[in-house]
Amino acid sequence: MSSKIIIGQYVPSNSVIHRLDPRVKLVTVFLFVIFVFFANNTLSYGWLSVFAITSALLTKINLKYIIRGLTPIWFLVIFTFLLHLFVTHEGQILFQIFGLPIYSGALIQGGAISLRFFLLILMTSLMTLTTTPIEITDAIELLLHPLKKIKFPVHELALMMSISLRFIPTLMQETEKISKAQASRGVDFKTGPLKERIQAVVPLLIPLFVGAFKRAEELAMAMEARGYQGGEGRTKLRELSIRRLDWSAMLVFLVVIIGLFLFRQ
Amino acid sequence: MDIVFQQVSYIYQPNSPFEHQALKNLSFSIASGSFVAIVGHTGSGKSTLIQHLNGLLRPTVGELRIGEYQLKANEKLANIKALRRQVGVVFQYPEHQLFEETVEKDIAFGPKNFGIASADIERRIPQVMKAVNLPLDLLKRSPFELSGGQMRRVAIAGVLALEPTLLVLDEPTAGLDPKGQLEIMDMFAALHKQKGLTTVLVTHNMEDALKYADHVIILENGTKYLEGKPEDIFIEKEKLESVQLDLPEEIQFLQTFQQRFGLSIPYRGQSITELAHEIKQRLEGMNQNE
Ligand SMILES: Nc1ncnc2c1ncn2[C@@H]1O[C@H](COP(=O)(O)OP(=O)(O)O)[C@@H](O)[C@H]1O
Ligand SMILES: [Mg+2]
Repeated sequence: MSSKIIIGQYVPSNSVIHRLDPRVKLVTVFLFVIFVFFANNTLSYGWLSVFAITSALLTKINLKYIIRGLTPIWFLVIFTFLLHLFVTHEGQILFQIFGLPIYSGALIQGGAISLRFFLLILMTSLMTLTTTPIEITDAIELLLHPLKKIKFPVHELALMMSISLRFIPTLMQETEKISKAQASRGVDFKTGPLKERIQAVVPLLIPLFVGAFKRAEELAMAMEARGYQGGEGRTKLRELSIRRLDWSAMLVFLVVIIGLFLFRQ
Repeated sequence: MDIVFQQVSYIYQPNSPFEHQALKNLSFSIASGSFVAIVGHTGSGKSTLIQHLNGLLRPTVGELRIGEYQLKANEKLANIKALRRQVGVVFQYPEHQLFEETVEKDIAFGPKNFGIASADIERRIPQVMKAVNLPLDLLKRSPFELSGGQMRRVAIAGVLALEPTLLVLDEPTAGLDPKGQLEIMDMFAALHKQKGLTTVLVTHNMEDALKYADHVIILENGTKYLEGKPEDIFIEKEKLESVQLDLPEEIQFLQTFQQRFGLSIPYRGQSITELAHEIKQRLEGMNQNE
């Protein structure tokens, strides 16, 4: 749990973005991911960046935390940028690094692609940062509902998803606990030759699997005992509903899309 | 081994929305050979504290010393394995750490990691099985075929097989039946005396703290709330209640007894039977006076 990576992490709060209907967030992010590819000049990229950064600010999550949490992605962004910088040969030669010519087109294209990449990751992270796993699966279940007509097991899929998501934190805690227990019994996970470090994983993995199977069995038993039966006729404790806030958000997003098509060339 | 905490603070996940300060400016010292109980309600930082005792966690601020080993903020301990060899930790629900094919191999796992000779390990195995009151014919069985209580005992045996000089116990009897709890606690107490160990026991059970410990530290919200001899600490009814802790049964009884009958019996570590006896004698004495 001490890891600094925030992908898939939910941060509880009561911001506007947190309160949006998860279906709206899901569809918005999905559309955003598609529309990012329509941006093709400074103005349209700037427009989308303003939208993404405003959304990030609205979550009320510390911006520094978000940026730092994307560290592994930064590496990819910078790598993409450098790749384009050295490979693209368009426009004029601006200057040379270690004898390699840098073209103006390369600078622009590298910047654009990295920015696009960054925007994609930022928006999808904002989604998981502000939406609980349960909300995400509920939204997916409702959005996929029409597929029921062709006998696609929508409810079962959503249930599987929410159970797995529910147990990720439990498994992480369990991992930390068991690795500490084994470290106290002299296992060294951090130093030593590679072969030994791989062997050190066995005393960690076996208890984890045993625990996970036990938990799955208990869960199945408990569901059985309470007469669980999915899908048809099952009601929800919290019904999702589209409210004024959601309509406004959709309107704003529509304006963003229209703006995008006005600004692009 | 003696233990000295000097203004130790520990922060989980610093600089994140989940940042949580679990220990705040904690200072205390524990003499070598004492039996210390660490008490406090859930979330008060007990487990965080004991994870410092074998270097699983390092203080965010401050420093501590375990025997000759010094643990400081931002400074890795070079010979951490040497420290861990001397500190046996029984975690909460230690049965979750079992993984080997047989009970015997699981008990041998710790000592082997610390490079103890196999002849020595073979000598230790029957000893620790006897200590946790398990029959030797379980040695060849898989730990996963055993009952929950038996698994707990195997896990404890695995820690005892390290022959630690500092024994750290995090709620070792939680979830066991009353008879098993008494048996295990008595075993730890006997071992403590017999081997001259330093023992740190985290517990929710005030009766255990009163019965076994010679020093009590009460944690509240990551700070030290009270510290002292159990007989002194456990008469502070108001202070304990304000941090949601109960008095041990024996002392609760004596205080109520005094209120109801005006008869004061000082607590000097008597067991329940001894107390019953003492009350009987007092009552007989009163009858004769009339
Ligand atoms: N890995 C962690 N990350 C963040 N907070 C934690 C972590 N582990 C424990 N805490 C918090 O630290 C506090 C003290 O925890 P702990 O030492 O386990 O308490 P205790 O053992 O007394 O119940 C609790 O509030 C707990 O939520
Ligand atoms: Mg605890």
